[in-house]
Amino acid sequence: MSTRKILVVGNGMVGHHFVESLVGLKTADDITVIGEEPRPAYDRVHLSEVFSGREPSDLALATRETYENWGVTAHFGDPVVRIERARREVVTKGGRRFSYDKLVLATGSFPFVPPVKGADNKRCLVYRTIDDLGQIKATAKDSTRGVVVGGGLLGLECGNALRNLGLETHVVEFAPGLMGVQLDEGGSNMLRRKIEALGVRVHTSKNTQQIVEGESSALSMEFSDDTALDTDMIVFSAGIRPRDQLARESELAVGERGGIVIDYKCKTSDSDIFAIGECALFGGRIYGLVAPGYRMAEVVANQLAGEQEASFQGADMSTKLKLLGVDVGSIGDAHGRTEGSISYVFSDERAEVYKRIVTSGDGKLLLGAVLVGDCEDYDTLLQYFLNEIELPAEPESLIVPAAGDKPLLGAAALPMTATVCSCHNVTKGCIIEALDSGCCSLGEVKSETKASTGCGGCAAMLKNVVEDELSARGVVVDKSICEHFPYTRQELFHLAKVGEVKTFQDMIDGHGKGRGCDICKPAIASIMASLWNDHVLELPHVGLQDTNDTFLANMQKDGTYSIVPRIAGGEITPEKLIVLGEVAKEYGLYTKITGGQRIDLFGARQNQLPEIWRKLVDAGFETGHAYGKALRTVKSCVGSTWCRYGVQDSVGMAIFIENRYKGLRSPHKLKSAVSGCTRECAEAQSKDFGVIATENGWNLYLCGNGGMKPRHADLFATDLDDETLIKYIDRFLMFYVRTADRLQRTSVWMDNLEGGLDYLREVIIEDSLGICAELEAQMAAVVGTYQCEWTTTINDPEKLKRFRQFVNSDEEDSGVVFVQERGQIRPAQPEEKIRLVASSK
Amino acid sequence: MEAVKQDDWQTVCTRDDLVLNSGVCALVGGEQVAIFYLPDTDRQVFALGNRDPIGKANVMSRGIVGDLQGQVVVASPLYKQHFNLETGACLEEEGVFLPVYDIQLDGDAVNVKVAG
Ligand code: SRM
Ligand SMILES: Cc1cc2nc3c(=O)[nH]c(=O)nc-3n(C[C@H](O)[C@H](O)[C@H](O)COP(=O)(O)OP(=O)(O)OC[C@H]3O[C@@H](n4cnc5c(N)ncnc54)[C@H](O)[C@@H]3O)c2cc1C
Ligand code: SF4
Ligand code: FES
Repeated sequence: MSTRKILVVGNGMVGHHFVESLVGLKTADDITVIGEEPRPAYDRVHLSEVFSGREPSDLALATRETYENWGVTAHFGDPVVRIERARREVVTKGGRRFSYDKLVLATGSFPFVPPVKGADNKRCLVYRTIDDLGQIKATAKDSTRGVVVGGGLLGLECGNALRNLGLETHVVEFAPGLMGVQLDEGGSNMLRRKIEALGVRVHTSKNTQQIVEGESSALSMEFSDDTALDTDMIVFSAGIRPRDQLARESELAVGERGGIVIDYKCKTSDSDIFAIGECALFGGRIYGLVAPGYRMAEVVANQLAGEQEASFQGADMSTKLKLLGVDVGSIGDAHGRTEGSISYVFSDERAEVYKRIVTSGDGKLLLGAVLVGDCEDYDTLLQYFLNEIELPAEPESLIVPAAGDKPLLGAAALPMTATVCSCHNVTKGCIIEALDSGCCSLGEVKSETKASTGCGGCAAMLKNVVEDELSARGVVVDKSICEHFPYTRQELFHLAKVGEVKTFQDMIDGHGKGRGCDICKPAIASIMASLWNDHVLELPHVGLQDTNDTFLANMQKDGTYSIVPRIAGGEITPEKLIVLGEVAKEYGLYTKITGGQRIDLFGARQNQLPEIWRKLVDAGFETGHAYGKALRTVKSCVGSTWCRYGVQDSVGMAIFIENRYKGLRSPHKLKSAVSGCTRECAEAQSKDFGVIATENGWNLYLCGNGGMKPRHADLFATDLDDETLIKYIDRFLMFYVRTADRLQRTSVWMDNLEGGLDYLREVIIEDSLGICAELEAQMAAVVGTYQCEWTTTINDPEKLKRFRQFVNSDEEDSGVVFVQERGQIRPAQPEEKIRLVASSK
Repeated sequence: MEAVKQDDWQTVCTRDDLVLNSGVCALVGGEQVAIFYLPDTDRQVFALGNRDPIGKANVMSRGIVGDLQGQVVVASPLYKQHFNLETGACLEEEGVFLPVYDIQLDGDAVNVKVAG
């Protein structure tokens, strides 16, 4: 028997999931995939993140190599145009033929554009693919206003994208309310209020008649009520239509309003052809979400692997989203259409929160829910709904923000069959199984079960279940910094701040035990410095510092040190350059330009450091903190002063920023850069905080990282004026200093920050925690008490004592031996050392 | 026990030269000796070889001192291995030791015993 040929048409999210599932079942089939788009499958659900700085390539679900490694043949960029069922073959646009034993259609859907005159204008776009995204971006460049047609889930998401692109954004909806499918009237009204408060204009009950060229803008939309709206671009997001053309033409059964009809085995009217995902019509319904599509994919894969029972039973359409930063949740029968159902509504117009639950007539079962403005109860409600758990006697207590005694459905109360992650169909049972088979952390459970790697909506629930289960097993999730303090760095920071603790000794007496170690001592020294900003070599602090901080220089492999003076923004006068050269020459130091736009002098002995620094300080240099967990460099490009493309003075801004934050001690080092235009020569997007000039001001990027695990910074805010820019950076840095773990760069901190970028925006821009004034004051205190640590040190004989090589001799360390290479010194290798020492005797 | 012979000991510095809860280095009979000052221990002073046998540089006096599971230790400033201040034993790598020197405080004088 020859191998069975499985042909998959469409390589979107569901098509890909099917292939992945089938490969995982090791069926030895010959699998071929044909995709219309020029690239392998990617994560459509998170498409919008590209507008906030994510790379399209980060969205990839697979690469060509993935398929190669799986032994799957894949063709991209050449769509199938015909199915010849009699011959069991398909034909592509490029004329290629492929035969099949089993055919799987996963062609997805296309955005519906209402038949309006003028909608074919090139400034009228849709939003579904990476290519669409490119067009939206390009068109937005010369637009000031953008309209989204469609106030559903996708439309609002698209509205957010336009807003992120800096456009004045309007949403036009045909129906009287937003998100009519998922929300009831009350929820929809609250959503509207919140969105309008964000500056997005909402126009409901608007029927677009035609689109014409505008006078003051590129386009003008004319509505049936004789009103009009001028705009520079339009994105249609008015629903989706299944791509059932192939099926239709080959006479497979399709629904009246589209969709390839499938049965509970996902079979079409031809039993050798399956349809899955958004092109499929099951029980008269198209499932426009990824989770049901994944279920269908698994059902087909399992059947092909011989499991006859596999079947699709319909799927839950509950959703939790953050649209334009507004939390929205919809569960089951949100409109309360079930006969005999009862509703409970909670509405708080001041806090702009709306909640509704729909229960069965006897109040025992949850049938549906709507949440707008506060989704905290979503996870709990969803579990009641999905698992048909009996509700408490007063169901309204689930949504009323009562005095803290809300009946919480803890992770422990969930049945084993409870679905925790609906994207990947992971139940509580699967999670427990993963823990049984050896996973011991959230991260491990994630990679084992894939839970929370889809839409991410289940992250909080997953964390609860894992932590609950781990602690039930007696695994203590220990977050202590070390054996001396049973606290995290964040907790220690808080204790020090609230108790105004100023020394390590007081800290350990009050909150710890023992003498401390090389973990907690530098960490607390750093906290003391962030809070009180004493000189790091003051007596109570001196023994706490890593050697680099003790000697205010970086220790090298042979015990000598390197010297990195501050060269703010990378700008240096010829005079100062000459001083560096002269000092290096006098002391025979190895000289190198660093990756941070400054100059490093290597090979200084401990006892030479003060003399060298006296010369540098006299010439106007300051310490560069290359040794500290502190602000390092702020790189700059040449900017508008010289560069023909520059739109702002990036050098001036970089120098200002570097001088403002120099000396700030933090959980890990901090790096920044300022570029004068979008060409980004200063590489600001790889920095902890990066600034890029725009025509109107500055864009601020946060939490980038080079180094071991590079991370692109996230676009945080756009077109800021100088003052706002600095204000946001002040707040950001202090918030990070307060809350990060020891040695946690901003990138990792951000990746672990619950609520992510949106949460950070809330804290820093909207002051949701009410701490911004305090953060600014704290930064002002640090800025105001800055001292150059080297200048202070060389003027204090007590501090200088520490730099003696030996307490009882002026000899030098004989273990330090240099040889010459390319005209400069370098440390001798061990063999070289032996030879040199022998010959000198 | 053999009586301490007075001339075996050498005064290398005074208490004033030591750094509280930290180390300094002295040159004793041509050898580099790292001296640590922890006044709240019974012994108050500890002396070990200054050469880091793992990082292979003379840096031990510049490490951070503290305690780990009840042992008083210094961490190498190069690669952070810990050495017991009393025995010189490395906590992370079995069989690696720093030489231990006899040391005592005599009033304010810091005395180290010179080898053989
Ligand atoms: C000197 C320099 C290399 C050079 O010759 O160019 C350098 C040298 C060191 N880097 Fe670096 N890094 C230097 C630029 C960078 C850069 C590039 C940049 O800043 O633009 C990066 C990647 C960017 C980033 O950090 O996001 C970089 C990523 C690292 C990392 C990895 C950090 C990470 O988050 O993955 C470490 C290790 C660490 O900090 O834990 C590190 C650690 C070190 C240390 C401190 C390692 C050590 O403990 O001995 C080196 C000591 C320098 C010395 O003795 O002066 N260095 N290092 C550069 C000094 C720049 C400056 O002027 O201050
Ligand atoms: C911006 C946006 C946000 C979304 N957010 C969410 C969300 O938060 N939660 C959620 O659950 N869902 C969300 N969705 C919906 C989700 O993306 C879809 O449910 C999912 O992608 C459906 O997968 P699919 O494989 O059926 O279709 P698709 O992903 O559209 O894939 C179909 C593929 O088939 C290809 N194709 C079509 N015809 C042919 C042919 N003849 N030959 C070859 N190839 C062909 C298409 O080019 C396409 O690549 C969102 C969608 C968008 C656009
Ligand atoms: S980033 Fe722009 S302004 Fe700056 S140097 Fe490069 S091209 Fe010039
Ligand atoms: S529910 Fe979407 S990732 Fe878990």
